[in-house]
Amino acid sequence: MKKIEAIIRKSEFDETKEALHAIGVTFFSYWDVTGVGNEKVGHVYRGVSYSTADIQRRYLSIVVTDSFLEKTVETLLKSAYTGKVGDGKIFVSSIDEAYRIRTKEKGGESLK
Amino acid sequence: MEGLLTINNVWMMICTGLVFFMHLGFALLEIGLTRQKNTINILFKNIFIITMGLLLYCLLGFNLMYPGEFNGFIGFAGFGLSSPLADGSLDLAYNEGYTYWTDFLFQGMFAATAATIVSGAVAERIKLNSFMIFVVLYVGIIYPIAGSWKWGGGFLDEMGFYDFAGSTLVHSVGGWAALVAIWLLGARIGKFKDGKIGAFPGHNMPFATAGVIILWLGWFGFNGGSVLSADPELTSLTLVTTCLAAAAGGVASFIFSTILYKNYDITMFLNGILGGLVGITAGADQMSPTDAILIGAIAGVIIVLGVALIDRIRLDDPVGAVAVHLICGIWGTLAVGIFGNLAGFDQFITQLVGVACYAAICIVGSFLIFYVMKVTIGIRVSAKEETEGLDIHEHGMDAYPDFGLKQQ
Repeated sequence: MKKIEAIIRKSEFDETKEALHAIGVTFFSYWDVTGVGNEKVGHVYRGVSYSTADIQRRYLSIVVTDSFLEKTVETLLKSAYTGKVGDGKIFVSSIDEAYRIRTKEKGGESLK
Repeated sequence: MEGLLTINNVWMMICTGLVFFMHLGFALLEIGLTRQKNTINILFKNIFIITMGLLLYCLLGFNLMYPGEFNGFIGFAGFGLSSPLADGSLDLAYNEGYTYWTDFLFQGMFAATAATIVSGAVAERIKLNSFMIFVVLYVGIIYPIAGSWKWGGGFLDEMGFYDFAGSTLVHSVGGWAALVAIWLLGARIGKFKDGKIGAFPGHNMPFATAGVIILWLGWFGFNGGSVLSADPELTSLTLVTTCLAAAAGGVASFIFSTILYKNYDITMFLNGILGGLVGITAGADQMSPTDAILIGAIAGVIIVLGVALIDRIRLDDPVGAVAVHLICGIWGTLAVGIFGNLAGFDQFITQLVGVACYAAICIVGSFLIFYVMKVTIGIRVSAKEETEGLDIHEHGMDAYPDFGLKQQ
């Protein structure tokens, strides 16, 4: 099993979510994050221009069986892409074990 | 005649309530335009001002401001309240517009406002104790003495100085102290770094917006009540000029700041409304609707320039109190000599003299208070406290404990 963590633009979230559903990734968690990166954002407040490296993104955490890994990553690369600086990152790591609390199933079964 | 007095008095008490409500408006505006970590501190200061302000006004303020016959500069009619009696019950001939009690409470609601103006300007870095001492001295002594010069029948009143509801007597009095305070206090850490002006965006725009709308509503009482009776013609005209100036101030400020900065800034829009309101306050009963719109619109432009000017001279005013209350207060006072029924060169000069007299007493008074505190007990919190927030250090709690994700 693999955990895929993706930091993507909020504007691409809806498209990404639908694309993931379409390939059979039916559940995952996400939350809003703030981080710093290569991109700078300009603002004006009360006549003062300032730029901040604080960037708002959405963080997705997806756990899949090994056989799902490739198409999940491909889907993310495609649906979260705009081509501009700041499209985000994807991290893949291994998961030792997974359980479904209700049925006590473990491993790949718990992810279905 | 007694029926008329009852109607007048009821209107004055409604206005008293509206002015009281303005304190919520000030509190919401101030916390909206500052950072989350200092919210409780600002609320605490505002609640202190209205409670202590009323007690002080009862103890000595009212009788300092309205001493009856006096030398024109300072007079005192004694501590506490004592209602004038006729045949053992309240003397209803006290005034054709209201009773003694209404008079006290209406004026008492005004008194605290002057200190509230300062609260916003010094927010996020002043020591709570020092601020409270300032409030006691400024609201208890300076504000009523300054007020007696005009509203108490003092020398500026005899000279013909005109300030209908307090562009100078309330707003500039607060504004001058705010200016002196932020000068002695210094800017917030990071506001002026490496020669550049920084920005600390406020943390709650819905609060700031609610605050301004509440203040606007309160102004119906602030100006409407300053007619000092329910006179049908004057009260309704006053409400019209007040609202038109507010609207014009907001629109002018929004358009001007958008052209200047290419950004739709809600805080400038809101400050513009307040600038228009402060601007019309000195002559709200003397202006035609067109005059009111012009005064408000000019105030709206002044706000945008004023906020930039304060930044430019390296003073830090988180909520724009100096631009709104001092600069627009002066503008409104001078506008009485330019627009409306009283317009004229002599009146303009008289207005100018009035502004100068108030500048003198307010600058000297607030400087003495803040400077003495600065060299003795200190007026500024430690850098650690400022960075981590006054809420957690002065008050030991968070304003929104369930929403602590992004404190800055």
